[in-house]
Amino acid sequence: MTKFSDLTRLPDAQGHFGPYGGRFVSETLSFALEELEKVYMSLRDDADFQADFDRDLAHYVGRPSPLYHAERWSEKLGGAQIWLKREDLNHTGAHKVNNTIGQALLAKKSGKPRVIAETGAGQHGVATATVAARLGLKCEIYMGAEDVERQKLNVYRMRLLGAEVHPVESGSRTLKDAMNEALRDWVTNVDDTFYIIGTVAGPHPYPAMVRDFTAVIGREARKQSLAQIGRLPDALVACVGGGSNAIGLFYPFLEDEEVAMVGVEAGGDGVETGRHAAPLTGNAPSGVLHGNRTYLMSDASGQVSETHSISAGLDYPGVGPEHALWKDVGRVSYVAANDDAVLEAFRELTCIEGIMPALESAHALAHAKVMAASMRPDQHIVVNLSGRGDKDIHTVAKLDGLEF
Amino acid sequence: MTMNRIDQRFAALKTQSRRALIPYITAGDPAPQYTVGFMHACVEAGADVLELGVPFSDPMADGPVIQKACARALKHGTRLADVLDMVASFRETDQVTPVVLMGYLNPIERMGYEAFVQRAREVGVDGVLMVDMPPEEATAIAPLFTEHGLQSIFLLAPTTSSSRAATICAHGEGYLYYVSLKGVTGAASLDVEAVARQLAPLREMTDLPLCVGFGIRDGETAAAVGQVADGVIVGSALVSRIAENAERPEVIPAALKAVLGDMRDALDR
Repeated sequence: MTKFSDLTRLPDAQGHFGPYGGRFVSETLSFALEELEKVYMSLRDDADFQADFDRDLAHYVGRPSPLYHAERWSEKLGGAQIWLKREDLNHTGAHKVNNTIGQALLAKKSGKPRVIAETGAGQHGVATATVAARLGLKCEIYMGAEDVERQKLNVYRMRLLGAEVHPVESGSRTLKDAMNEALRDWVTNVDDTFYIIGTVAGPHPYPAMVRDFTAVIGREARKQSLAQIGRLPDALVACVGGGSNAIGLFYPFLEDEEVAMVGVEAGGDGVETGRHAAPLTGNAPSGVLHGNRTYLMSDASGQVSETHSISAGLDYPGVGPEHALWKDVGRVSYVAANDDAVLEAFRELTCIEGIMPALESAHALAHAKVMAASMRPDQHIVVNLSGRGDKDIHTVAKLDGLEF
Repeated sequence: MTMNRIDQRFAALKTQSRRALIPYITAGDPAPQYTVGFMHACVEAGADVLELGVPFSDPMADGPVIQKACARALKHGTRLADVLDMVASFRETDQVTPVVLMGYLNPIERMGYEAFVQRAREVGVDGVLMVDMPPEEATAIAPLFTEHGLQSIFLLAPTTSSSRAATICAHGEGYLYYVSLKGVTGAASLDVEAVARQLAPLREMTDLPLCVGFGIRDGETAAAVGQVADGVIVGSALVSRIAENAERPEVIPAALKAVLGDMRDALDR
């Protein structure tokens, strides 16, 4: 038994990961969450449900996703070998679909004809609209008005898929406000609506459920590492906003103590400037938002802070509660990558490997670069390439002074 | 220990066979210097208990009316510490009307449970209702509330199962806040018959007063709900009067009194 083996037994029955997590919701939602927990717990170990889930992942999503050795980039960096877990090659272009497939199957089993979701970069919204289209579910997506502006392409994709997209004008007009609005919708339409949360945050059982659906990434990566590298990698690197792609990669390696894990948050202009979205790296105080207790960026009076990141998908003041615990117990280290370094990594991978990463994933790449340089060529880093960069072309072009 | 002001008030109402009128206003809306005056105005119009909203940046359970009230209050920098100061100031001239702080947990988390309960007791707060703190998540703070004579007010909803209702009734103090409909604050009108049906089994579980909020707009709805509940809670109907007159706050006390006065008359009729 390893030192970290008890981490895999969390959350406890109340949905707590140590001091974090829980179910901090208004009473109207308690029943829906209890029901969801029951349905999920009964199906989690149900062979038929798992078979349906696996079949969809294989034939609809296109799993397993490759583990690709970025040889040319590794050579250029002159250190460790970098391997990319190619979640960008999934149907809809990001890791988000693994989770939405799972939750949409639950919605169907629960007899809910309508699904809602919040989205930041739009990847989770697209992944939700996609599975809703396929299963014939009515779909409405909440997206911060600022994100609607910076992710127009994904907004139109969602609309083509038949979803209704509601721009959210309240608060900072980004992901956290979209989640507020989705919660308001859910509390109003709780009888016929399934809320597909897109990350490992929210009230219990969402953090555990989303983790379980997303952990397919790490299960595959572990097998692929053994087959392709011949052993487990020395380190795993993934970006962390809410933290679903990172948890998906890390979770199956938790007890492999020899594997270091690094979560890379959005450093924005720099954690020291205050303009960032890095609650763990910035040691934000513990707080309660969106149904769980976690590291939460807020001012001294408990008002939630506005965040800043070049990537809409990481622009969130909190983080999944399980990450909060992993930081405290020291299983995972958390760092931040600044916007500048992220853009540089985005361009490098595109030019050197012909793979255009999402700006979110480019955070992980930016830090992998730094790590690789200080490691030996016989060492190996697996980076979660959580999504593809097509959606970010507008943002990058704008920085290059181009408008389409 | 002396009886909590909330219990005293409901005990008095019971002997008079009257229903409680419980207004909600957001502290600091439209600006902090008006709040204490509004509280007194509510009492003059017949309020039995005051629910004072603590502004929060992310009021997830609130509709647009109270969201905007929070935004107006925060724009003027009204924080939890200021709200507690307002209660202190209110208590200078009113030592009898119970005050319940209503809001979201994070400002209290940030202030620290100990610091909050001490200051809350010191200024004369009587109860605390945090929308996102169900009894299951209140285990750390509840003993502190008890120790400092603060009462935990909890919500019940149409979706609450009977086993949860039993838990909530067991942990609740002061009164129970029955949310009349599925939705956010300020939502559509409520169905009095449905509320009556849902309150009946709760009466079997608890002797706590059952007060109903969400959807109480005027004297008529207040009176109808008063037939089946021990009290009515009115929030958005008042806060929208504040919003309409945000540019001329001097007329707001009269506007609040007009709404509450109608409700008081209708409840006492």
